[in-house]
Amino acid sequence: MKRLIAPILAAVVALGLVGLLAYGLMSKAEDDSIEQAVARGDFPPAPSAALPVLGADATQSVAALRGKVVVLNFWASWCVPCRTEAPILERAHKRLTASGAGTVLGVTYNDSAPASLRFADQTGMSFPSVRDVGTKLAERYGTNRIPETFVIDRAGRVVDVFRGQIDQAFIDRALAKARA
Amino acid sequence: MSRALVLVLAALAVALAAAPGAALAAAPKVDLIDVEDEVMCVDCGIPLNTAEGAQPDSMRALIRDLIAQGHTKAQIKQELVAQYGEDVLALPETEGVGITAYAIPLVLGAIVVATLVLLVPRWRRRPAAGMTSAGDEITGAPASPDSARELSEADAARLDEDLARYDGR
Repeated sequence: MKRLIAPILAAVVALGLVGLLAYGLMSKAEDDSIEQAVARGDFPPAPSAALPVLGADATQSVAALRGKVVVLNFWASWCVPCRTEAPILERAHKRLTASGAGTVLGVTYNDSAPASLRFADQTGMSFPSVRDVGTKLAERYGTNRIPETFVIDRAGRVVDVFRGQIDQAFIDRALAKARA
Repeated sequence: MSRALVLVLAALAVALAAAPGAALAAAPKVDLIDVEDEVMCVDCGIPLNTAEGAQPDSMRALIRDLIAQGHTKAQIKQELVAQYGEDVLALPETEGVGITAYAIPLVLGAIVVATLVLLVPRWRRRPAAGMTSAGDEITGAPASPDSARELSEADAARLDEDLARYDGR
């Protein structure tokens, strides 16, 4: 029996390490649970966190905007498609604020505040953005590539998702869904 | 008196002239390479000095700005954490699966120590049972007269025979 202790211990340690490796790989896997839920029609509650507003001494969150339609857009100054889609988001923001229906809320992703502010200035961004330092909010949305856009209805549910550069057709369709 | 005053003023002037140089010498000079190999590209998860792309380039631009502003390496790393979060430091996370990076070396260390504690006494006992001393193994000579192992007559005869055959070649 004593002779078996060492091999058994070695096997347990080896199995533990393999299990740990498997867990590590699985936890890094892409999380597409939000779009799967949206595709089924089960609009999931939008993850929320109070984050610092870019260029202001304040915080903002999706939860605080309950009752309004929110177009949540993850962006960064170093992201080329983000620059391309910025005018579409700006138009959507103007439409939403003019009707009082909602807002576009940007979330910066792995970007420094000075670079984000320069980008916002260059693209004429008038909508607010929050800084997700450490990408904790992004992780809850399954975001690991940008740009990504989530459209949230007045009840705080995600009704549409687009991972990549949006176009006008997406925004029109998603806003109609959110305002329905 | 006036000569002493001149000497004091000259010494003061020399000290003032040397002060900025001394201050510069005291503050270690930082360059991009110094910082790059100690921080991570937050978007790609690899060291910044090996990362390529728009995001790592934007990190490098920030580091260059901070260097130009005269920040020390510690201040630059602090600012990078403020801008990008703790992941920018090349350290494992202290929560979730990342904690195993700290735990596994401790567990493996404990296993190695436990194994040594168990096995070393056995290894030390084993030679004592097999032979009289290390001297026997190396020279074949007995370590002491008491421990001598004499050849049997048959073995001695065989050895003599072999040696004679060897010498006869």
